[in-house]
Amino acid sequence: MRLEKRSHSSSAAMLLAPLGAVAFTLMISALLVLWAGAPVGQTYGLLLKGGFGSVFALSETLTRAIPLMLTGLAAAVAFKARLFNIGAEGQLYVGAMAAVAVGGLHGGTGFDLPPALLFLLMMLAAALAGALLLLGPALMKAKLGVDEVVTTLLLNFIVLLLVSLMLDGPMKDPSAMGWPQSVALLGDLELSKLIEQTRVHTGLLWAVALAVGLWALMKYTVLGFDIRAVGANPRAAAFAGVSVTRTVVLVALLSGGLAGLAGAIEVAGRTSYLTLDMSPGYGYSGIVIAMLAGLHPLGVVLGSVFVAGVLVGADSMSRVVGVPTYIADVIVATSLISVLVATLLTQYKVKLK
Amino acid sequence: MPEPVLTLTGITKRFGDLVANDHISLELKRGEVLALLGENGAGKSTLVSILFGHYTADAGHIEVHGKPLHPGDPKAALAAGIGMVHQHFTLADNLSVLDNVMMGSEPLWQPFTRHAQARDKLMAVARQFGLSVDPKARVGSLSVGERQRVEILKALYRGARILILDEPTAVLTPQESENLFEVLAHMVAQGLSIIFISHKLGEVLRVSNRVAVLRGGKLVAQASALGTSQAQLAQWMVGHAIDAPVRRPAKSVGEAVCVLRQVSTGAGRERLNQVSLNLNAGEIVAIAGVSGNGQVALAELLCGTRQVSSGELTFLGQAMPPHPAELVALGVARIPEDRHAVGVVGDLPVWENAVSERLRSPAFSRWGWVRRAHARLYAKQVMDAFDVRGGGPLVPARALSGGNMQKLILGRALMHPSLIASDSIANSSTNPAMVQRNTPRLIIAHQPTWGLDIGAVAYVQAQLIAARDAGAAVLVISDDLDEVLTLGDRVAVMHAGEMTAANPALDWSREAIGLAMAGVAAHSGAHP
Repeated sequence: MRLEKRSHSSSAAMLLAPLGAVAFTLMISALLVLWAGAPVGQTYGLLLKGGFGSVFALSETLTRAIPLMLTGLAAAVAFKARLFNIGAEGQLYVGAMAAVAVGGLHGGTGFDLPPALLFLLMMLAAALAGALLLLGPALMKAKLGVDEVVTTLLLNFIVLLLVSLMLDGPMKDPSAMGWPQSVALLGDLELSKLIEQTRVHTGLLWAVALAVGLWALMKYTVLGFDIRAVGANPRAAAFAGVSVTRTVVLVALLSGGLAGLAGAIEVAGRTSYLTLDMSPGYGYSGIVIAMLAGLHPLGVVLGSVFVAGVLVGADSMSRVVGVPTYIADVIVATSLISVLVATLLTQYKVKLK
Repeated sequence: MPEPVLTLTGITKRFGDLVANDHISLELKRGEVLALLGENGAGKSTLVSILFGHYTADAGHIEVHGKPLHPGDPKAALAAGIGMVHQHFTLADNLSVLDNVMMGSEPLWQPFTRHAQARDKLMAVARQFGLSVDPKARVGSLSVGERQRVEILKALYRGARILILDEPTAVLTPQESENLFEVLAHMVAQGLSIIFISHKLGEVLRVSNRVAVLRGGKLVAQASALGTSQAQLAQWMVGHAIDAPVRRPAKSVGEAVCVLRQVSTGAGRERLNQVSLNLNAGEIVAIAGVSGNGQVALAELLCGTRQVSSGELTFLGQAMPPHPAELVALGVARIPEDRHAVGVVGDLPVWENAVSERLRSPAFSRWGWVRRAHARLYAKQVMDAFDVRGGGPLVPARALSGGNMQKLILGRALMHPSLIASDSIANSSTNPAMVQRNTPRLIIAHQPTWGLDIGAVAYVQAQLIAARDAGAAVLVISDDLDEVLTLGDRVAVMHAGEMTAANPALDWSREAIGLAMAGVAAHSGAHP
């Protein structure tokens, strides 16, 4: 068996690839559902209903999709420039810490700013924190050739330990009866709900707006060209006059900033304080979503809703048919592998010897 | 009549719709040099890859010494006595000559390698074919010609009786090529048979007994080398008569546009050491040399992607800015050596590649936003004026053939976008004849015709000459001595980062250039 490069890949095939990959994933996962002793049709029906079948289900899915959308955008923009940022998880947490620091800690210190201004400061601080966390690995990659996959991945664990330290120290909420959680944000700084009686908040609008903005940036601006050129062929980009180092640094600020915002919006929209288990791996799932979306910012919006729907739907499904919720993780992980294979097949064809 | 050692019958290979080899039947006789001639994409490499077992033919069969060769199996080809010397050597630099030769020829489960025995065998083979070599020398310390000798020895050591040489002279100086031809004659005299792949007409006639010409996957002609002219070969290769490019000396040479004074930069093999050179308006300076002797450093320096470490580099009397976009804005047209790796971003569409060098200029962007209508119109104009075919401005640049890609790079370099007026946006059907060319001040062309077919070569060379006649200073850096002597009004030779004086082309003999390429008398200029 060998792979031969196709002379051209049709755009229809490239659009169909993710859909085919998802269909293939559901077929594979059906075997696991059968193994767990549940009827496949009913299980998938419940999964769909639990994720999208009611206003409540949809609102839960969208709530879950907000941080995923932002980490997905963070991964998409970085990967487009071949900056493999695996550290969105850590950037999300430093963003959340910065949000709590600006929006919660100063309570009663006479640091009285109008809530609108404070809110803006809080978001800026979160974006800046995430951006700065990725700046180090990006500079080390550009200047010294240090592999950013290793540095960004390892920083995640360092950040989690830092969060743990903060929750036991300066950010500890004295009224939390010993639970490891931070002080809460000022009430004025919390994002309002998008639909009454649900948890979905206006952070969704922020995330979608950022996706559209990123799409326009990539498509219509000089910086967008720089990012795509540096990712596709850094030598040719440098020859054309693009500063590769500058572009990588800007991408790092953008990507880290988006992941940092994910943390701040999660705190301001959902939890109102920081805990150690605030993110069940949003940073890592963002990578899956970016790949599912073919690194397209608008595709990330769809991809994050899909992944969130699977995660939320699996919860309610497992309560009824007894298939463990881990099936959701299997589906998400398998769809990543399938989409990678499907993308490969749009560019190569398999020849049997 | 000696017996055939190798017979190809009806070899056919398709890649999708492309028929790379179309019913090719060939015979190679004992003690014969057969030249396989053809342009890029004519099917030479495919045919050889089938012969050596890298590909399996869709139809046809191969016989070696009268026995069928098992298809698609390099081991079977080796066992049948077929040896291959690749254009890009397959040697490990950090190992000795002997280790390289032995590598892969000994069983893995043998507890000790038999160095002494292998050494004796290697020396015997070397003596038999007149290839002197030091088995203890590290390959990394050898010259290119010596490395090629090791490649050949490797094949002979494994008992090759049929030797395939893929573009063997591409990396050699003229003198090294002569040495190679002597070695080939020696081998043929001992009863070996050789397939010699090349696209250089002169050397094909010089070394081979018989020539087979491929065009578009078909075998279009076979002839004895004796009594066949270069013009005839060229016509077979291209399919129609070709006017060989003729030297046209510069008409009026103006003042210096770009001056290098004692410029040094870089390190290792890719460096410049105290290079001085004047590039004058209306004149082509051609740089000869074996690649890897500082040409890349020189080209990168003048293209703005490398800095001067000492010495003085001026452009129009000012220090030359070390940034590509500023150079382009000042009127420097740049044609890089490797169009795929450096010239274009293959995944991006043609129109973005057409404007990539000038994207930051007001012509194509405003406040960071790309003026897409202007950019696409300009791309269309470049494609029309320079006859870039193979899809519109929206296809990825990677889809263009090498010749069209080079025309795109040439076109964007030579065509100034100031010609886009707002009325031409409204009236986007552009007439190529209407597009004037605002000639650049300086053109840096590094291997501008490398790998192009003969028609495209003539086109690119004619464009460079036309730009010179319009007053541009042109620097051509080329491995191809014919190109250097065709284009250059003055010629300089590079060796190990140093450059001879740039003397009038007519003052150089081929021998003198060859000696300078080898580093003999590198400083004393031309020897008539």
